[in-house]
Amino acid sequence: MASVPSDKVRMPTPVKLLIAGGFGVGKTTMVGAVSEIKPLRTEEVLTDRSVGVDDLSGVERKTTTTVAMDFGRISVGDDYVLYLFGTPGQERFWFVWDELAKGALGAVVLADTRRLSDCFPSVDYFERRGTPFVVAVNCFEGAPVYDLAEVKMALSLPPDIPVLLCDARRRASGKEVLITLVQHAYSRRPVAKV
Amino acid sequence: MNPDEQLYDEQVVRPYVISRGRTEARANLDLISLAVAIRQPTGLEVGLDPEHLAIVRLCRRPLSVAEIAAALDLPAGTVRVLLGDLLDSGFVAVQDPQPEVDVLDERMYRAVLDGLRAL
Repeated sequence: MASVPSDKVRMPTPVKLLIAGGFGVGKTTMVGAVSEIKPLRTEEVLTDRSVGVDDLSGVERKTTTTVAMDFGRISVGDDYVLYLFGTPGQERFWFVWDELAKGALGAVVLADTRRLSDCFPSVDYFERRGTPFVVAVNCFEGAPVYDLAEVKMALSLPPDIPVLLCDARRRASGKEVLITLVQHAYSRRPVAKV
Repeated sequence: MNPDEQLYDEQVVRPYVISRGRTEARANLDLISLAVAIRQPTGLEVGLDPEHLAIVRLCRRPLSVAEIAAALDLPAGTVRVLLGDLLDSGFVAVQDPQPEVDVLDERMYRAVLDGLRAL
């Protein structure tokens, strides 16, 4: 192995999917349900790039904040490896979102019908960025059950955005959500000019 | 203070000590950039810290920046600095510092969908 030149080492291509949504909506649960590894946690240290300009006036030292992100992995054949990232819940971490969204194939926006408005910022973010996304309504016990068409209307989503129910704790359910997302991303892909 | 910051404070050695004060990595590596060891250290190298050696050991198979950071319980930024050192000294190779999938590649969608269906 030691003598293998770098261009001969077989490397899969990493593919990134995001799980977004409000605080406590089940992002980490969903990452854990579908990941082949125990969900891991990584930290990014944010510097003044993410802090309001005036906050630093007179402060010589850089202000830093640590933000933790959960992620999981799914190997898909020899050529690709899928990484799932739960986006940080608070909106003050948009800088991390930008890094996470760069190069992402698509995103799942998890919603809770008891606090539907919590997912508005995520929906807005991916719409503005042009990242393909689906909305998955996590079915919490005791949460009001709405018709998916009602949820779609409440979120004022374009008709082509898939909205589906899920149980973030179940692998089969998370799998269905991710398949729907990748199919949606495929249908939205730019058409190659021949 | 959130619980994560508390955890962070329990570390005996500060991340910037491990990176010898450096916060800007030479190579701007994405969290999903994959690194792989291409040369094993003999143990006699000058300038390699235990963390460098741990990364080379971990990267016997391709591993992302995020996975290395989680495995070593270090912030991703510190891992980027250390990986930059290892790239310079030729112990690891990084396939693509800013991986982006080819959204036109039908084969990619098929492989990902097949993989997900097999879950």
